[in-house]
Amino acid sequence: MNVVDVNELTKKFGKFVALDRINLCIKEGEIYGFIGPNGAGKSTTIRVLLGMLRPTSGEAKIFGKDVWKNAVDIHKQIAYVPGDANLWPNLTGGEVIDIFLKMRGSGSQSKRNELIERFKLDPSKKCKEYSKGNRQKIALISAFASDAQMFILDEPTSGLDPLMERIFQECVLEAKEQGKSVLLSSHILSEVEKLCEKISIIREGKIIETGTLTQMRHLTRTNLTVQTKKPIESLALKGVFNLVKQNNDLTFQVDSEEIDGVIRYISDYGILKLESVPPTLEDLFMRHYEGVDGNSTGGESQ
Amino acid sequence: MNGRHFKGTTQVTKIIFRAQRIKICAWILGIVLVTLAVAYSYPNVYQDDVSKKGFAITMQNPAMVAMLGPGYDEADYFVTVGTQFAHEMLLFTIIAVAVMSILLVGSSTRTDEETGRIEVVRSLPVGRLSYLAASLIVVAIANFLITLFCSIGLYLLNIDGITLQSALLYGGILGVGGLFFGIITALFAQVSPTSRGTTGLSFGVLVVAYLVRAFGDVTSETIAFASPLGWLVRTDVFINNNWWPILLTTLFSVIISFFAFYLNSIRDIDAGFLPSMKGKTHASKFLMTVFGLAFRLQKVKMLSWGVGIFALSASFGAVLGDLETYFSEMEFLQLFFNEQSKVSMTDNFISLLMAIMSLIVAIPVTMTILKLKSEETHNRTENFFSRVISRNHVLSSYTLLAVLESIYLQFLLAIGLWVASSVSLQVAMKSSFIYLPALWLMISLSVMLYGAVPKIMNLIWIYVAFCFIVIYLSEMLNFPLWLRNVSAFESIPNLPAAGMSWSAIIVEFILTIAFSLIGFVSYNRRDLKG
Ligand SMILES: Nc1ncnc2c1ncn2[C@@H]1O[C@H](COP(=O)(O)OP(=O)(O)O)[C@@H](O)[C@H]1O
Ligand SMILES: [Mg+2]
Repeated sequence: MNVVDVNELTKKFGKFVALDRINLCIKEGEIYGFIGPNGAGKSTTIRVLLGMLRPTSGEAKIFGKDVWKNAVDIHKQIAYVPGDANLWPNLTGGEVIDIFLKMRGSGSQSKRNELIERFKLDPSKKCKEYSKGNRQKIALISAFASDAQMFILDEPTSGLDPLMERIFQECVLEAKEQGKSVLLSSHILSEVEKLCEKISIIREGKIIETGTLTQMRHLTRTNLTVQTKKPIESLALKGVFNLVKQNNDLTFQVDSEEIDGVIRYISDYGILKLESVPPTLEDLFMRHYEGVDGNSTGGESQ
Repeated sequence: MNGRHFKGTTQVTKIIFRAQRIKICAWILGIVLVTLAVAYSYPNVYQDDVSKKGFAITMQNPAMVAMLGPGYDEADYFVTVGTQFAHEMLLFTIIAVAVMSILLVGSSTRTDEETGRIEVVRSLPVGRLSYLAASLIVVAIANFLITLFCSIGLYLLNIDGITLQSALLYGGILGVGGLFFGIITALFAQVSPTSRGTTGLSFGVLVVAYLVRAFGDVTSETIAFASPLGWLVRTDVFINNNWWPILLTTLFSVIISFFAFYLNSIRDIDAGFLPSMKGKTHASKFLMTVFGLAFRLQKVKMLSWGVGIFALSASFGAVLGDLETYFSEMEFLQLFFNEQSKVSMTDNFISLLMAIMSLIVAIPVTMTILKLKSEETHNRTENFFSRVISRNHVLSSYTLLAVLESIYLQFLLAIGLWVASSVSLQVAMKSSFIYLPALWLMISLSVMLYGAVPKIMNLIWIYVAFCFIVIYLSEMLNFPLWLRNVSAFESIPNLPAAGMSWSAIIVEFILTIAFSLIGFVSYNRRDLKG
């Protein structure tokens, strides 16, 4: 069954087209990644899904119900975490979590306490005294302590340190194990990659790619830095880009499906050092548009 | 509009109430205490018939009518002290309650929306209209409590002529008037896409309502009926006790709130119906200085306050002419005052006007320094300090801006009076600029609080409120001299009514410098929040 069904959804702000006929479909028990650069339309999509923005055309359904008309019913089963949770300055974190749990009418006190422990939050402070990361934890705790069927998370890790990000990832995976669905928006590809089996990429209001990450291999490109015993004079291989030579280091990008061949070629020179950095969203876009324009070029030493 | 849209209103009401409880309590306490204290002392103010007659004549002169409303027939002032009390207090108390309501509704509607609080709440299973409904319920409760405490208090004071019914009417006017402006704010919160716009437009309506009423009260009653304040000062409370203004205001409140709910139900979150202004893409050279940025952030505020101050002062200037005719026609006055003091009635009024208006100017000027605190709590001053700009530079830029703002507003105050009356430019300027030392003392006090104890900086408003009480009510409340002199505005010589004296001004200058020094030194020493 599809938990979320978005069909040809368009949202205009005046003349500005923020969303241009987008389609999304999230299945039960799926962690769905929604990535795009700032201003791409991620939050706009999410706010339509939450029944806060009225679609200009097209339809959006959650649990088979229209998101604008049945917002109250749908929200009983949904937990939302915004990217910047701004709360009431003179209420304490603990108070806010309790209020949210009570208003949602579900969730357990023991789960709440356990999460406060795990996220290392001091619930007795007033909201105005928390840092951004700590305010974010409040929103995350009240979401994961609920027993919502669907989590909508809009760049939820902004402000969290790497340790807390790990705990967040655990929470998401636990939710998935319980058969819950998650929509996770982000502008960082690596974050989505760790959790999501399926992703959609949005840019300037249009969804430009949808699929599993393996299906998108043709789009990703890995950054490699190598040092070899024998110097490599040229690397004019298929799928190698942006070659830069610096001292003894050679830095370049490789299309993911060409890595095997490239490594084989390099290893003949005797590898001393090999570092790889996962592709960023920008790399992915670059490949997408190269693909569209069809003017991909081989690597040349610069 | 359907019932489901209001689901969860009770719970949201509790949240808003908790978030605003301190503000609500402070406002209610202040308004009720002042009302009851003044009512309590009134029976002893004008005891014999001559002073009652003097009061009646003073209060019925056009300048006073413009300032405080039409009042009563002369005979009514002898029937009960309630009439004296109501004429002097009612209109300004309605305004105080209206200000409370505008601020409360503004911060629990558009501000909460701007900061994303409404978004978080609306992602819960609550109706689309619950937040607006809750914020109106909270302001209604606050106004109801004011009605309740004022009515019961007035009744229990056992003042001759104040019956239970009339006490309830008096309290009711305050509550209904306050709620009306709260609902106006709720409407603007739908229309304007920013919280500044919301409160700005609402205060604009309040000022216009006041001016229309003033103009109508002096010229023709029909015009006064165009303003809700015009209705509310026409209850004849304590004499005839007309309830129709209450009903009329309530009716309009209901209609406007329906409209606000309707607009809220059809609009997107964060959207308004007024266009939001597009900013410039590039910063000018001026904007890239600290002072320039501070000025840019305050520009709209300074412009709108300028318009408001000018309009108020010109309106009062316009009735000054009538004031002189009024007194020359009064036979009773010829007996009561000699020729010389008749002239000084006008002068007295100018002095009173300047004192009150200067205190009003203190509000935007203080807000300018407070703005620096909000910039700090929103982590925006970091942007300066992470570059090579010193703390002194930031604080002095804002202080300079506040000082220039005080000069600019006092200038408009003088010009407003001058263009609309026969007062000479020199007198207008002198009587207005004489308050600059008091305004600067206010600025230095804010600077000191900001530098030394920013946490309690909002207490400056209690001081501002205290200064209002001193100007307006210290006679009635029998404040001892030392207490009056705590107000920076009290010891300023009342030009043109009184002569010039430098001693107080010099003392205020010295205090200003001392407070500023403390402020700057502690600001350099303390930790910044961001
Ligand atoms: N209420 C609004 N009015 C006008 N434009 C808006 C509004 N909300 C968002 N936008 C515009 O829509 C685009 C998409 O924004 P958003 O969905 O917030 O992007 P993001 O992917 O970063 O979350 C941006 O260009 C933004 O400026
Ligand atoms: Mg966003």
